[in-house]
Amino acid sequence: MTDIAVHVESVSKLYRIGAKIDSRSLRETVTDLVRLRRRASEDGERDLWALNDVSFQVRHGEAVGIIGQNGAGKSTLLKILSRITEPTKGRVVVSGRVSSLLEVGTGFHGELSGRENIQLNGAILGMTRAEIRQRFDAIVAFAEVDRFIDTPVKYYSSGMYMRLAFAVAAHLEPEILIVDEVLAVGDAAFQAKCLRKMGEVAAHGRTVLFVSHNMPAVRALCERAVVLSGGRVVDEGTSAAVVTRYLQRVTSPAGRDDLARQIAGLKPDPSFRLLSVRLLQMGNDVATISNGEPLQIRIDFEVLSPTMGLHVYFQLLDLEDTVIIESIHNGDTGEMLVLSAGLHEATATIPANFLAPRPYQLRVLAGVANVRSCVGEGVRLTFDVEQTGIVNSSYPGYETPARLAPHLDWIVTVPS
Amino acid sequence: MWRSVDLRELWNYRELLYFLVWRDVKVRYKQTLLGVTWAVIQPLFAMLIFAFFFGRIAKLPSDGMPYPLFAYAGLLPWTLFSNAITSGSNSMIASSNLITKVYFPRLLVPIAAVSTSLIDFAFALLMFVPLSLNSHFRPSVNAVIAIPLSTLLVFLTALGLSIWLSALVVRFRDLRHVIPFVIQIWMFATPIVYPLSMVPAKWLPWVKLNPMASLVETFRGGLSGRAVDVTEVAAAAGLAIVAIVSGSIYFRRLERMFADVI
Repeated sequence: MTDIAVHVESVSKLYRIGAKIDSRSLRETVTDLVRLRRRASEDGERDLWALNDVSFQVRHGEAVGIIGQNGAGKSTLLKILSRITEPTKGRVVVSGRVSSLLEVGTGFHGELSGRENIQLNGAILGMTRAEIRQRFDAIVAFAEVDRFIDTPVKYYSSGMYMRLAFAVAAHLEPEILIVDEVLAVGDAAFQAKCLRKMGEVAAHGRTVLFVSHNMPAVRALCERAVVLSGGRVVDEGTSAAVVTRYLQRVTSPAGRDDLARQIAGLKPDPSFRLLSVRLLQMGNDVATISNGEPLQIRIDFEVLSPTMGLHVYFQLLDLEDTVIIESIHNGDTGEMLVLSAGLHEATATIPANFLAPRPYQLRVLAGVANVRSCVGEGVRLTFDVEQTGIVNSSYPGYETPARLAPHLDWIVTVPS
Repeated sequence: MWRSVDLRELWNYRELLYFLVWRDVKVRYKQTLLGVTWAVIQPLFAMLIFAFFFGRIAKLPSDGMPYPLFAYAGLLPWTLFSNAITSGSNSMIASSNLITKVYFPRLLVPIAAVSTSLIDFAFALLMFVPLSLNSHFRPSVNAVIAIPLSTLLVFLTALGLSIWLSALVVRFRDLRHVIPFVIQIWMFATPIVYPLSMVPAKWLPWVKLNPMASLVETFRGGLSGRAVDVTEVAAAAGLAIVAIVSGSIYFRRLERMFADVI
């Protein structure tokens, strides 16, 4: 036996987009047979290589993180590793019993009670009946649902449902565990609990493959990380180094294109034209922000005609569209200063140790006070903040539920 | 080729098969007003309708059994067969959420669906006892062999077809609409409402090509006292095995793309 648990060898996966080549209707197939042709490369169908010549290895007992933007091929890779689908080219050799968690609660049925769902889900995830019996009490205790264990899960709150689903998954004891971003669900306390459990699994010397957007989690749980982009492995190494490099990479071309498209799509305004919005840290464009460094929001625009009350401003929102911060370029100067015609570069700085490690949306707007908006609904971009600052650094792994995490001065004295 | 079906892996997953059947049964009988009675109502109502139209009005012969019992005894294996095929052929699509999220041998899906139909069959079979008492009918001792044997073969035939159909339906979705229709026609091509003895001799070879014809006859004949026809049974068994083997090979060939297209 080698010490390689997972061996991925030049794996490629082709998807056909636009044509349902393999689930055609009977009629189409019959007509094709009659005309003696195959429907290929027509009807706007195109090939997409979701994975392209991907190779890497995972040793027994190693925890490896797989990171990458949406559409980089992570999910396809996971599906291939967990044998749900097969690669078009290349092969995967896995030695050991695998459990994969592409979601929690697979196969849960609302009509069945908590008890019944534990048994069913356990069996689906690959536990034997004996194992389920043996771990049943531990699962119930972990999920904290003992009073409702014989109630159909359709009456559970979503929190209880998630806890139960995760509890079953957490009590799997495979040699190789493949986990997708199941941690992305649930409240912060639940996520922290899941992370702790994952940490335990990794610490017990089991092989873990962990796909996540959560960079602190990848760094904390995994020794090594692999970065996928456009279906290829673009970086690989110790997770600390890989995560740092990943975060330093400039905004993805896709994200930039999207912003440029939003700006280009704005209705022309007689006095104002937005040119660009950039996120800068230490002078570099960044896609993911480190909250240990100040963040510059740089807005370039052109004033077409000097207008009283013309102002540029931004909002910082959470993903639920709650405005957390709003700041106007000349809002704090005591009087409205009129911008001269021509190009302007406005920079707002959000201090270090202020943002929480969570995703935010930035919305950039401009308007003439009490008259109109110059950019309609404005332009938006989403960014993620990663924990590098001092706030809560005494409690690594703790995920604050707060929308902001500013550093405050605490003075604790002993009364005399 | 047959090795690719990987019987050992299938065996290793037998507990999941048990749980899939167990789930289907539980879910089916929970939250229904009449619960298990549904398993009996379906053949019972068909029996009443047939007894009225074919027994009373058309006065079809019934091989010496009271006509309602005759119809019910024919409907028992047929209902097992048609329910098994209906749920078996749709089973892959119905389980798409599992198939795209977890690995397990996909063959378990149609096997579980077909096995679930056995539970309904068992309840419907029990119902035969009060029905025969009510019409003072004494089943023959032949039933002890004929009923388990023909039930097993009906099950295997349905399994073989379901394996084929469940894979085909993933590929050709519109087959789903064709299957109920074919089952309907197939029922009237099978001696259920009429006895095989009524079929003109020149058609007999054709009718006997239908494995369900000999299986229904074996099942019902076991109750009325007809001896088991070994060649008929052997032919039906052969067909069932051919269907299972060829279906499994076809299923496995398509298996690699199920998760991508389902």
